[in-house]
Amino acid sequence: MAERSFAKEVEKLRLGDGETFHGEGILAITKALLQCGVGYVGGYQGAPISHLMDVLADAQDILAELGVRYEANASESAAAAMLAASVHYPIRGAVAFKSTVGTNVASDALANLASGGVTGGALVIVGEDYGEGSSIMQERSHAFAMKSQIWLLDPRPNLPSIVKAVEDGFELSEATNTPVMLEVRIRACHLSGAFETKANRRPPLTVREAVDNPRRQTDRIVLPPAAFVHEQEKIAKRWPAAQAFIKERGLNELFGPPNGKLGIILQGGMYNSVVRALQRLGLADINGDTDVPLYALNVTYPLVDDEIEAFCAGKDAVLVVEEGQPNYIEQAIGAMLHAGGVSTRVVGKTALPMAGEYTGQVMLDGVGRFLREYGPEVLAPEHRAPNRPREPQPAPELAEIVPQRPPGFCTGCPERPIFAAMKLVEQEHGKHQIAADIGCHLFSILPPFEIGGTTMGYGLGPASNAAFHGGGGKRPISIIGDGGFWHNGLSSSIGNAVYNEADGVILVVDNYYSAATGGQDVLSSRADNRSKSTNHPIADAVKGVGVKWVRQIDRTYDVAKMRDTLAEALTTPEKGPKVIVASSECMLNRQRREKPLMAKAVKDGRRVVKPRFGVDEDVCTGDHACMRLSGCPSLSVKTLDDPLRDDPVAAIDQTCVGCGNCGEVADAAVLCPSFYRADIIRNPTRSERALARLRQRVTRALAGWRARRRLDFAGDAAA
Amino acid sequence: MNIAHTPDAGPQTPLPGQHIIKLAILAVGGQGGGVLSDWVVETAEASGYTVQATSVPGVAQRTGATIYSIEMTPRTDRLPVLALMPSPGDVDIVIAAELMEAGRAVMRGLVTPDRTTLIASTHRMLAISEKIAIGNGIADGDAVFATVRDAAKQFIGFDMEKIAADAGTMISASLFGALAGSGALPFERAAFEAAIRKSGRGVDASLRAFGTAFERARDTHASTAANDEPRPVPGPAAPNGPTHLLRQWRGLCDRIAAYPLAMRDMATRGLAKVVDFQDLAYGSDYLDRLDAVLEIDNATGAEVEEWALATAAAKHVANAMAYDDVIRVADRKTRSARFTRIEREIQAPDDAIVQVTEFMHPRGEEVCSMLPTRFGRFIEARPRLLAGLDRMVNRGRRVRTDSLIWFTVLFTLAGLRRWRRRLLRHAKETAHIDEWLTQALQTAPQNYALAVEIVSCRRLIKGYSDTHQRGLSKFDRVLATVPLLVPRQDGGDWLRRLREAALKDEDGGALDGAIKTVRSFAGTGDTLAARVKAD
Repeated sequence: MAERSFAKEVEKLRLGDGETFHGEGILAITKALLQCGVGYVGGYQGAPISHLMDVLADAQDILAELGVRYEANASESAAAAMLAASVHYPIRGAVAFKSTVGTNVASDALANLASGGVTGGALVIVGEDYGEGSSIMQERSHAFAMKSQIWLLDPRPNLPSIVKAVEDGFELSEATNTPVMLEVRIRACHLSGAFETKANRRPPLTVREAVDNPRRQTDRIVLPPAAFVHEQEKIAKRWPAAQAFIKERGLNELFGPPNGKLGIILQGGMYNSVVRALQRLGLADINGDTDVPLYALNVTYPLVDDEIEAFCAGKDAVLVVEEGQPNYIEQAIGAMLHAGGVSTRVVGKTALPMAGEYTGQVMLDGVGRFLREYGPEVLAPEHRAPNRPREPQPAPELAEIVPQRPPGFCTGCPERPIFAAMKLVEQEHGKHQIAADIGCHLFSILPPFEIGGTTMGYGLGPASNAAFHGGGGKRPISIIGDGGFWHNGLSSSIGNAVYNEADGVILVVDNYYSAATGGQDVLSSRADNRSKSTNHPIADAVKGVGVKWVRQIDRTYDVAKMRDTLAEALTTPEKGPKVIVASSECMLNRQRREKPLMAKAVKDGRRVVKPRFGVDEDVCTGDHACMRLSGCPSLSVKTLDDPLRDDPVAAIDQTCVGCGNCGEVADAAVLCPSFYRADIIRNPTRSERALARLRQRVTRALAGWRARRRLDFAGDAAA
Repeated sequence: MNIAHTPDAGPQTPLPGQHIIKLAILAVGGQGGGVLSDWVVETAEASGYTVQATSVPGVAQRTGATIYSIEMTPRTDRLPVLALMPSPGDVDIVIAAELMEAGRAVMRGLVTPDRTTLIASTHRMLAISEKIAIGNGIADGDAVFATVRDAAKQFIGFDMEKIAADAGTMISASLFGALAGSGALPFERAAFEAAIRKSGRGVDASLRAFGTAFERARDTHASTAANDEPRPVPGPAAPNGPTHLLRQWRGLCDRIAAYPLAMRDMATRGLAKVVDFQDLAYGSDYLDRLDAVLEIDNATGAEVEEWALATAAAKHVANAMAYDDVIRVADRKTRSARFTRIEREIQAPDDAIVQVTEFMHPRGEEVCSMLPTRFGRFIEARPRLLAGLDRMVNRGRRVRTDSLIWFTVLFTLAGLRRWRRRLLRHAKETAHIDEWLTQALQTAPQNYALAVEIVSCRRLIKGYSDTHQRGLSKFDRVLATVPLLVPRQDGGDWLRRLREAALKDEDGGALDGAIKTVRSFAGTGDTLAARVKAD
């Protein structure tokens, strides 16, 4: 069950000719696929493309009606391999995943696909996780396009342009027998907007029809000598065909006056930022009408030489706006102009920064710098020579006070007790070499846990400890999530460890979902999924590949058990990898699932127990040891109105879901007796009610008796 | 003015007749920033605007800081080109869903005094770094409030979280109300409310919070910049009880009335704390200790220092005397006021019943410390016996204090109060207090400021079990430097620094470093003395 439901929104996918779609970028892309008569879709979740996968999952009925096959692939590699269906069959296919990590995983299949080429249009939609909020290393998809000769689209970030790019992408792919990559930046994926729709098209040849009539062409298969032919074909046939198609269809766009001394060549995705910079410099209006010639590359690979030469002809200088590094486009344009004898100056990373996101300020600074240097006369006086320097005025007191707020585990997260247990083990057995993996559990690297030293890729946690698996005085520990486990961890990490007789501890964090990407189901999910096969235990899989020492923990909140199991794994004489599968359901998903059920049960008059935690503020001494083993958002501190007490005390707010972690930690770490759990029983039975009344009467009488015999400062006697 | 703001290109010159309203929302993941963004989009679209909203969700959802960007302009037959992220110096409205996020918006230059309306909830959601500090790690909200208020053209700030919670909804509703009430967007109140209604979930609660925040924002003028009044600290509690006890209490209060004004409030609170902990006789002991401190204080020029030593003692001696033993915990857990507090905190509906489970983990040491002094010492002196006792009791216990059996057990333990002064723990605590106070009082004539700091170091001792042990060991390590510091004029300053270092991390790494520094400048006694002389 995914974090966000698109059940209502997917109805927009049924819009017909001439209607207007209002909604988010990812939904628009899905609609565009259906309008193009796509035959099959797939992919792997991950920001910013997760929601596209969720949309597809929620749109299964609509897809089925059109005869479109939908597959939630096991990995990006599997997704890219699925595009093989377009190699011999004239069927359009599209897969989506995040870049660049997904593209890394997929690159083997992508390279093979690109070599043999395609018959039906093959579209790879990559969501760029670059810049602010990104969770991955900062690299460019552009390199993948170049190395495999896949055409790369980078449309202007508005819904009509993105939808058009999908349509153009399929046609370009078919016209050139080459897969096409559509790059959508993270903000464009979540962009709200509108476009005019067309009716959905049933694929002319469905995959069901195709499978009944198998075809093959040996010269499309990547085997020598065909592979050598493919390489020649890419250069001699597909490349010129692509350039011709791009030119003929006008995929790249020109804005502003046809002539001028200066111009800007930009990636389509940068268009809005460039226009905003021009707007702020007084050189463009609200609709983007500008005095500066712009050449927007909706296709950033391949470049069209004569279009670029024509744009540059007669200009003193052009600014190349290309986000990220290396500056492939700038280099290509420079070489192109040089070879063509065009003397236009190419300015790129000298005006704009080589690395880093091109934010609004960076763009304003860069475009301003370019214009002031090469064409100050186009600028109004206040922009040509602004009353600067208005020196940056940092707010030192704010910078010192305002705390960082990195993402962390959610309230009630079942992974928190796992890392609390690891910290306790650390206190007892010292620090260990710990390799982390991709997933929510990666938050363990941040305070308060500060556990884990590397993260080498999805499902590669245990593999990245391989060098230490020969053993030593202390065993290395590695962490892997259930998502990473099924993505490729079973073979790359577990199988690898078994085969190499690894003497390490592998902790599999199983929260029943691929939680970090938005709560999609995986093989070991415990929920019933109407179109996918779930409930395949990780422990069985681990044993199946030969692990002998396996411990399954079904309630991670049992901190003491977690701690003891970890300690056992670190000390057992057993040879080979020691695997602990720590399973508890992702609390975010659990709450989403259980809350409505609970509410209904209460309404129906059924007995429901809802636990919540609290802190006795007069027992808490304000040492915050519990915080350092928890970090739960609902466990915070508050300042008391008591001048005798210097330090704030622990407090639990209304968002507590009663997971029990704080009580368990207080117990396992022998912290303090401040925590209590209050079980709120709705619709109690009659005898429960009677017993509760009796208890209350007696306990209050006793408490009142004592209160009346002493000085009472808190109103105990009255209560 | 002190704002992080680095505009490159000087003044903005929008072309005539065109205006894009630029809005940024800074929220913490899970606060409903997406819902707020959707409402703004809906309101603007229904009011004839072209709107573009975008965000960077992903991992930021998980309690991290996150930002939503919205731009809008009156609809025409052409599509405007709108940016996908807010830029410093180019934002009309900033909505911050928490005080530090408002600070972050100012730091990022998104709030500028020439144009930005800043709508901020002034409540705090503490960041992890603020919570895990051993001492008080809470960031200075007042400083941030003052800075952000001055950084905006118009500032609307009040506790919108409370308004939302009171209405039974999320903060997005009250933020939306404040936005509507601010008048920063050219739409009628009804248009905003229609957006809430259209979303169709929890509409009534959302509208309530919206309404309250709307009125509050509308009535806010930049000059008054409505902050919530700081809560006055309530005075010391006056007790109730049997007449003869109250008479004795008044007698003790009369003793305090003779103290210098500067320390009376603290002494009254301290007295209440120790009497509540034990009894009136114990309160008398407390005042005896204060008398002794006061005598030294008076003799060492206290008036100049406003009786800092005696005031610090009034606070820390009370805390030390009301130490956290099993009896106190049992007492606190079986009081009527606690039942009331739990009910208030848990907010259980009237028809529900509440069962309370405590998480106890007694160790051999705790049990031993509850034995009569001699017997306790006898066991303590025999490690194997103590280990045996520990094996018997040391295990996590979940006890139901709403049940009669466990309530009675705790109630009885609390009743041991009568014999507390004969127990091992009391003997130890008393000896420790005497030693500590003596050290302070001996230091006072030579180095007054240092003596005050010695008293204040009591703050380092807190917690239970291992945490308590760690606190004690830090306390000892800090106070061990006193002989080195006595001759130094800045000795008090140094001890304060050591104490702050001790509160920095759990394992005491920062403290070790600080102690090393102290030892290094102390060098040999001669050079230190020489240096002091030279000064």
